[in-house]
Amino acid sequence: MKFFNEMMADETSAREPYRLYKDWFDSQDPKVLKRKSAEAEAVFRRTGITFNVYGKKDAEERLIPFDIVPRIIGAREWTKLTKGIDQRVRAINAFLHDIYHKQEILKAGRIPKHLIQNNEAYLPQMIGVTPPGGVYTHIVGIDIVRTGENDFYVLEDNARTPSGVSYMLENRETMLQMFPDLFAQNRVQQVSDYPHALRRSLSDCAPKACKGKPVLGVLTPGIHNSAYFEHAFLADQMGAELVEGHDIKIENGRVCMRTTEGNEPIDVLYRRVDDEYLDPLNFNPDSMLGVPGLMDIYRAGGITIANAPGAGIADDKAIYSYMPDIIEFYTGEKALLDNVPTWRCSEADSLAYVLEHLSELVVKEVHGSGGYGMLVGPAASKKEIEVFRKKLEAKPSNYIAQPTLALSTTPVFTKSKLAPRHVDLRPFILVSPNKINITPGGLTRVAMKEGSLVVNSSQGGGTKDTWVLED
Amino acid sequence: MLGKTANGLFWMFRYLERSENIARLVEAGFRMALTRSQRQGGDWASILTTAGLLEQYEAKYNDFENKPVVDFLLRDRANPSSVLSSMAEARRNARLARTALTREVWEAVNASWLELCDILKNPIRDKERIPDILAIIRRQSAQVQGAVHGTMLRNDIYDFTRLGTFVERADNTARILDVKYYVLLPSASSIGSSLDNVQWETILRSVSAQQAYRWLHQGEPTASAIAKFLILDHCMPRSLTFCVNEINLNLKYLNKEYGQTSPSSELAVALKEKMYAQTIDEIFESGLHEFIGDFLQCNLAIAGQIETDYRFFA
Repeated sequence: MKFFNEMMADETSAREPYRLYKDWFDSQDPKVLKRKSAEAEAVFRRTGITFNVYGKKDAEERLIPFDIVPRIIGAREWTKLTKGIDQRVRAINAFLHDIYHKQEILKAGRIPKHLIQNNEAYLPQMIGVTPPGGVYTHIVGIDIVRTGENDFYVLEDNARTPSGVSYMLENRETMLQMFPDLFAQNRVQQVSDYPHALRRSLSDCAPKACKGKPVLGVLTPGIHNSAYFEHAFLADQMGAELVEGHDIKIENGRVCMRTTEGNEPIDVLYRRVDDEYLDPLNFNPDSMLGVPGLMDIYRAGGITIANAPGAGIADDKAIYSYMPDIIEFYTGEKALLDNVPTWRCSEADSLAYVLEHLSELVVKEVHGSGGYGMLVGPAASKKEIEVFRKKLEAKPSNYIAQPTLALSTTPVFTKSKLAPRHVDLRPFILVSPNKINITPGGLTRVAMKEGSLVVNSSQGGGTKDTWVLED
Repeated sequence: MLGKTANGLFWMFRYLERSENIARLVEAGFRMALTRSQRQGGDWASILTTAGLLEQYEAKYNDFENKPVVDFLLRDRANPSSVLSSMAEARRNARLARTALTREVWEAVNASWLELCDILKNPIRDKERIPDILAIIRRQSAQVQGAVHGTMLRNDIYDFTRLGTFVERADNTARILDVKYYVLLPSASSIGSSLDNVQWETILRSVSAQQAYRWLHQGEPTASAIAKFLILDHCMPRSLTFCVNEINLNLKYLNKEYGQTSPSSELAVALKEKMYAQTIDEIFESGLHEFIGDFLQCNLAIAGQIETDYRFFA
């Protein structure tokens, strides 16, 4: 397979966005860069930007590897991407409103009914409920991959609780500290406004019960959650309280947090717990993470929950396969950003094809995330494929399959030189009633292992600072 | 501020103070062990008693050699009061209260923890390294305190950090006095005579106050002067009175900020009045041991009341 190299146009010359960087890099002493690379790790460790990996007791807190070579996107490339992202996010919100109200798209036969009705992520509790400001997905992360100069694909939509934005911010912060001269040469668009934009965006979605300046809370499952650092980071940066289920209770029709001075109502709850843990009365009765009765207050307009419960259905990978139809149905336009061609294993023809071509395909669980439970055919052993085949045959509707994409590469700094590694990109989008705000940049995830196509941090992937250049 | 956050701040600073106090005790014990090889066992036993850890230690070890004692006090994670355990708890609480801490304070605590894990990864084989390690612990503590002093707003957040610090410190100084009170008691044989040098030196070293004491009291130390210094002195930052004054001050700030008089602040005022009502002679007369016991109870009650007043728990 031939991979698109985002840095180099040919053997010697850099592509336009990387031109100044390449000149700078060539003038650097590799020894100094090596030292800086080690320094960066120390900075992350001291700052406590750590990630808990599930199922690994010995390494309770791990660092995500950080690579000092930025991923650079030109202004024109970015503008093109943002148009597609904007369209997609508008469509997702319209879709969510529709499936919880009139279900026009089902009536029109554009999506099979069972896909919604039998979907665990579809919450009957949300039927007929319109969230404050009509916003379902206050924060979205759209995972994008590139395979050529003009070829971008959406790999995944994260409409539930996209994570990683703290890395976008801290990676930039670290780069600014370590390589100030680079930012003097390259005109890089800022990302540091994100926490303020998030605060504004959430405040614009305050519920009707809110009087005055909205009080924000970030709901975290707690200190042992893999993304606890990010929860604390965002609460801190936004001036919100970081709450757990046991810090909040319902009082006088409001959701209140226990403060040192009494109980204070929360207007907007940026929750970083999954739907099923939000409210043990309405969802999973065994959950200790949520707030009993939260959904009732929500339905009565006493609080805004971001993202809205039930928004996760838009993440579903079977729904994903219909996204081009969804976009067309709600916007009346053709999708500007392509989907990766997807086989739905629930369909007999597709299943047969997938079973025959397992060694070439990537097979994913419909509800899965984080790179767990997936098969990367070309990288799997015969035995792994056979094990996966059994799982797939047992419950085909649980899987989709995609061709193995020739993910673009950008170089990482390793052993004192540059070496290409595969990357993806997760831009972060904020949605408020009258605005869609796309932060110029995002999280670039990079497979640190040579040849690997899996960029998830839970699978050893690293991150890079992502630059969007000014026009 | 969330009740949970106040709880995190309070305990973060209790544990930071505890870790520093344990390190101080190790320093005193190590010094004695160096200078008085004959009575080594007895000295370490008394240090462990002061830390309230003798029983736990004896359940694990049979002798009082330097190595196991220092290991137990500095790096044993099974000992909840070891420096390493205390710092782990301090950091855990800092993570809980992360949104109330400045970046500088958080990084100082986190960096301390990482460095400590590194230097205490293996048992300390070479006893010459002990002073270096203790110096690092002292410096870490100073860095955290410096970051707090230089970067934190003087609001309720700060008040809870100070309350944690001084409740723990009062407890620590009182326990040292509780264990050593007999040394300070005038007995038939020692009335008027000077104290056993080693005993009073241990006491002063345990609170890092040998130098301060020298500045204030020239000449031979007397039991009454040392007791007065540790109990009633207004300037000595580890004396009981100093701690009680700080507890009062910070509870008063909280009253002011929250616009109400808390029951804990009333308890603190009562304790302060008790401290100020007595001279050191009167304390000796009515019983030093009883006085200390009563003080520990009052301090415990204040801590419990703070927890209730400021809604640390649901």
